[in-house]
Amino acid sequence: MSSKSRQSMLDTLRKQSIESVPLPEVIQGNWIEYPDPIAQLASVIQSVGGSCETLPDIAAVRSRIMGYPEMQGAGRVLSLVPGIENHVDLESIQSPRELEDLDFVIVPGEIAVAENGAVWVTDQGLKHRVVYFINQHLIIVVRRSAIVHNMHEAYARLNLGTAMFGCFISGPSKTADIEQSLVIGAHGCCSMQLYVIDSLVADDASLRGDTSETAVTSNVIH
Amino acid sequence: MAHTTQDHPTLANAFTNNVERSHWHDGALWFVRQKRDRQAASLPEWERLRELASQVKAHTLANLPEYLERFEKQAIALGAKVYWAADAAEHNAIVLKILRDNSVKRLVKSKSMLTEECHLNPFLEKNGIQVVDTDLGEWIVQLRNEPPSHIVLPAIHIKKEEVGETFHKHIGTPKGNADPIFLTRAARKELRQKFIEADAGITGVNFAIAETGGIVVCTNEGNADLGVSIPPIHIACMGIEKLLPRIDELAVFTRLLARSATGQPITTYTSHFHGPMPGGQLHIILVDNGRSRLRSSEDFHRSLHCIRCGACMNTCPVYRRSGGHSYSTTVPGPIGSILAPSSTPKESKSLPFACTLCGSCTDVCPVKIDIHHQLLTWRKELAGMKLVSLSKRLSMKMVGWVLSNPVVYKSAGWVARLGLRLSPRWLVYNRLNVWGKNRDLPQPPTRSFRAEWAARKRNKNREEGGSR
Repeated sequence: MSSKSRQSMLDTLRKQSIESVPLPEVIQGNWIEYPDPIAQLASVIQSVGGSCETLPDIAAVRSRIMGYPEMQGAGRVLSLVPGIENHVDLESIQSPRELEDLDFVIVPGEIAVAENGAVWVTDQGLKHRVVYFINQHLIIVVRRSAIVHNMHEAYARLNLGTAMFGCFISGPSKTADIEQSLVIGAHGCCSMQLYVIDSLVADDASLRGDTSETAVTSNVIH
Repeated sequence: MAHTTQDHPTLANAFTNNVERSHWHDGALWFVRQKRDRQAASLPEWERLRELASQVKAHTLANLPEYLERFEKQAIALGAKVYWAADAAEHNAIVLKILRDNSVKRLVKSKSMLTEECHLNPFLEKNGIQVVDTDLGEWIVQLRNEPPSHIVLPAIHIKKEEVGETFHKHIGTPKGNADPIFLTRAARKELRQKFIEADAGITGVNFAIAETGGIVVCTNEGNADLGVSIPPIHIACMGIEKLLPRIDELAVFTRLLARSATGQPITTYTSHFHGPMPGGQLHIILVDNGRSRLRSSEDFHRSLHCIRCGACMNTCPVYRRSGGHSYSTTVPGPIGSILAPSSTPKESKSLPFACTLCGSCTDVCPVKIDIHHQLLTWRKELAGMKLVSLSKRLSMKMVGWVLSNPVVYKSAGWVARLGLRLSPRWLVYNRLNVWGKNRDLPQPPTRSFRAEWAARKRNKNREEGGSR
């Protein structure tokens, strides 16, 4: 049924004479840039309901996270960031359904975009991509060098086209479907924190943010 | 929702009769429009982005067959299955077959205007599949057995008290509780269970990239991602016009979409699916359902550039006051009033007239569709098809005659000025004069523009003559 329609749909389209328009050049390097990209990033993330803080290293991030009131008595904590304790063995989990009770998820981000607060994460080397969405609190750590000004720069750094899942996340999940009242925490995370650090103490290259070829290799550390 | 033969003014009446609600609705959407303006102003390159987006869409649609084939090839190489559906019935049959082949009983769905257009939900339910719309707004209208009234804000017409009542009835929240935070949390809890139990997930597609074979889905709630990351089967339904050539162009569109739609810098989640998740399935259905017909139309093919952001609705003075249901089409508002008559001219004949031709929609459209010009063109088309009421056709003929006849025009102006001044109120403001409903006509001037102009000229001549 489908292959017949394929041919007839393509035939119909081909028979139509449409004036061709050249593909415009999407020129790089002529888009908005910010004098202080980190300040811009932090202010946008705050405006979309998240928070963003610059800390010297992963040890500082760790102690900040451990100080959260929600962390006391938190249920399951999954960390994919070296230097922050992980309590969930993802490899041994068969079905994503078993991750329903994740409280905190701490993950590395590859790229953070100053213009809109979007942080790029992928499922490379990650068994269950649902961890980005099925938690209460999402914490993302990026390196300072992973910050770009705008989406054009971000996409230019990505290596899309191989089989994978990738997502730009900007702030916590939200909805305004009831009378346009903004409610933070719809189906995804209820809070989202971004930490920008200069470098990793443990194993610098293992944190995503190194956007060259290391980005496509597995860099999820347990 | 079946197409009704009720016209826009009749359906709008039902909404505007509740003056308070109509004003509230107007204000709520205007608020979104203002947020959009702030986002647009935050980028010095905004107008350049719109121009680029418009050109990219024109190019892609002109070369659509090649891009569709390229997309198909790349998507298959990534492990996806690609299907082609000429119309809604075929699309629905393909979805059902995929579900049956995988013994799917429970399905979660994120927002997709295409599946609304194809009336997928009732079809699947009739065939024994449990379908849950997981976007909060869509879930609310699904529980209330209503169609969405806006493509981005499906429940914008509903008050929180009514949501509270609906939730009380369906999921047992306490009666009278209408707190948006409480209700959203209740929905989160309820729907989380649906995600866990689901056998498959359906999403729409915001953008598909020919170069890579990937699809992009944009949401704020995270429902699309949960729906296709817990169950192993992902069915993505897309109109053939959603294609973009490359990642380069995608950057332009991810910058425009959310800013135009809700005034956010970007949606919370912008998910890029390249192939199925490991061990899972990804099915992509390419749907025509009238799109190729639009593509061949000299006058209306640009309406296919639409990226379904809803900006034209948020700004439209008619939509804001009359509500989405008054259009009785899947896509309401200005852009919907172009799309609908192309497939159902008889049923949608009143829609191109639900427009003041103010042009605000055209000004905010991120892909620069000349919406109000196309609506005007539709009026001409419909008149040609004799789908415009006799009274309108006759009065247009009369106006045409008056305007093309200087002597008649002159005297008609005189009659109107005098008549309006002398007539008693009941003669001017009655049921025949729909323009006098809820508003007064402007005071007629004492003399015509021509008379005014001549008098000025005389005065000027006199002054110049005097000073000499």
